[in-house]
Amino acid sequence: MSDVAEGEDEGEEYTPTELLTTVASTLIEDESTVIVGTGMPMLAAMLAQKTHAPDATMIYEAGGIGPDAPELPVSVGDERTFHRGVKAAGMHDVMSYMQAGFVDYGFLGAAQIDKYGNLNSTVIGDWERPAVRFPGSGGANDIGSLANSTIVAMRQDDQSFVDELDFRTTPGYLDGPGAREEAGLPADTGPQNVITQYGVYGFDEDCEMELELLHPGVDVETVQENSSFEIEVGDYERSPEPTAEQLRLLREEIDPRGVIR
Amino acid sequence: MNVHAEGDGELVGWEHPDEVRRWNRENRTRAYEDKRMSAAEAVDRYVDDGDVVASGGFGHVRISTPVLHEIVRQGIEDLTLMGKTTVFDADLLIAAGAVSRVENAYCFAHETRGLAPAGRRKVENGEVEVVSEASNATLQWRFLAAKMGVPFVPTRILNGTDTFEKSSAKVVEDPWSGDPVTLVPACYPDAVCIHVDKADKYGNAVIEGIGVEDPQLAGAAKRLIVTAEEIVDDEELRDRPKDVEIPFFQVDAVVEAPYGSHPGEMPYHYYFDDDHLEEWMELTETEEGTQEYLETYVTGTDDFEEYLEAVGGAERLAELEAIENYERPESGGPEGGDRA
Repeated sequence: MSDVAEGEDEGEEYTPTELLTTVASTLIEDESTVIVGTGMPMLAAMLAQKTHAPDATMIYEAGGIGPDAPELPVSVGDERTFHRGVKAAGMHDVMSYMQAGFVDYGFLGAAQIDKYGNLNSTVIGDWERPAVRFPGSGGANDIGSLANSTIVAMRQDDQSFVDELDFRTTPGYLDGPGAREEAGLPADTGPQNVITQYGVYGFDEDCEMELELLHPGVDVETVQENSSFEIEVGDYERSPEPTAEQLRLLREEIDPRGVIR
Repeated sequence: MNVHAEGDGELVGWEHPDEVRRWNRENRTRAYEDKRMSAAEAVDRYVDDGDVVASGGFGHVRISTPVLHEIVRQGIEDLTLMGKTTVFDADLLIAAGAVSRVENAYCFAHETRGLAPAGRRKVENGEVEVVSEASNATLQWRFLAAKMGVPFVPTRILNGTDTFEKSSAKVVEDPWSGDPVTLVPACYPDAVCIHVDKADKYGNAVIEGIGVEDPQLAGAAKRLIVTAEEIVDDEELRDRPKDVEIPFFQVDAVVEAPYGSHPGEMPYHYYFDDDHLEEWMELTETEEGTQEYLETYVTGTDDFEEYLEAVGGAERLAELEAIENYERPESGGPEGGDRA
């Protein structure tokens, strides 16, 4: 995918991040609660609020709920996460709301994912003496365990879409249907979508990843070439390109200083 | 109660609740006494080699930098750090060689600023050992159990993951439903520092923004050093008792520390010092650079006042206050402005 693609309708150019943001925003329903981190998911939630989901509420795990700040946060604990917010709570509150079923979506990132949507953000290589040490779970295991559904946004290649994770930091569907409930995780939870630079994936009845949307200009072969496990490709559609209005909102209202591009 | 599974991570900071009750009865005063002291004195009294320590706030938001500096100046070592969304706080202590072991929920990175060069170097070359994994809620609820004075708290996290396998949690059969439920054990850190907006001389403390983990962490600490932007008369806090997050009997030392969260943000007061954090990220790429940073800003300064002068003094601090209050200059400022 080139750095800048051209929209068909308006002839408007957009960046890969802008495409991911607009696609992710459409996954967020109105009158829902969303746990976000900093970065693209935060922009997606704000874009959803300014378009089809005005009553979506953003929640940050450090305690900020429903902020209305004129500037983007750089930390999930800074003042911009609770400026003119609904509540300046704490982590115990937010984790409890989530454990009690009040949080609809959680956005997650990862270094590795398997076909069941389990995630690694802890180490590459051996845990005792890692080749690469990542920050670890942070709130990811909590969100992956407790949110009603999770949306994963990550970079896709055959090193990140793997048969076996180096470390299972965060639960997806574990080893398949029924495994989450059997392990004691809350019922009717788990990953809903995975968004990459090539497309958007869902999960089939075997809890295995399948292609739902292919981004503009991407060949379907690319999807499999960039995964170490087999991805179900049945009926899929093309991801909608960002509209001129979505791009205007992102560039002029949500992130005018271009912090995240 | 049937134990289904046990993590094999090290059980850090656990004690029998009666031991901690005894500790709190014998070592924590209920007197309304003036606990004000310098950061140097507080660290000298309450932080020792080999302690389990935790830093309040959110890693680079509302952190207690004067206490972190003193730990480095006094050459305290072999600490076990509770990595509870630790960011600059952990990276400073790890880079300076004060930390040997980490129980990790989030460490070795600076959120959107990227992975931490110093922290990663030390953990990848084995100088710092991760003794157990956790998640943010795991540590939050380990502190909750400690605050409550109970041995553990039941939760619905960790199940089915390697994070569980490397944690100190256990999965047992819920005696009511029969379903598996995860128990996270209480954790009582030996020494904790928490930075707040306002405190009185007894230690009653107000946090104006989000509490993060501190309402629970304060109750879990065996020794608690509170640093405050402002020391206020206790009469002022009696006018707003609901806002006091930490009561005086949980506090061992009170340190007056204006701008005490620098280079981190202090919500409603001052923004991240992005220039300084950028310098930190650059210098800590190497051991030599790390030593240069420490000599310039920590061991080479006598106290926090001198440090604040070294980072730009009143002029720089006024800029950070303006940015926090959304009075960002047209050019310059954090995240890619001209100043960078």
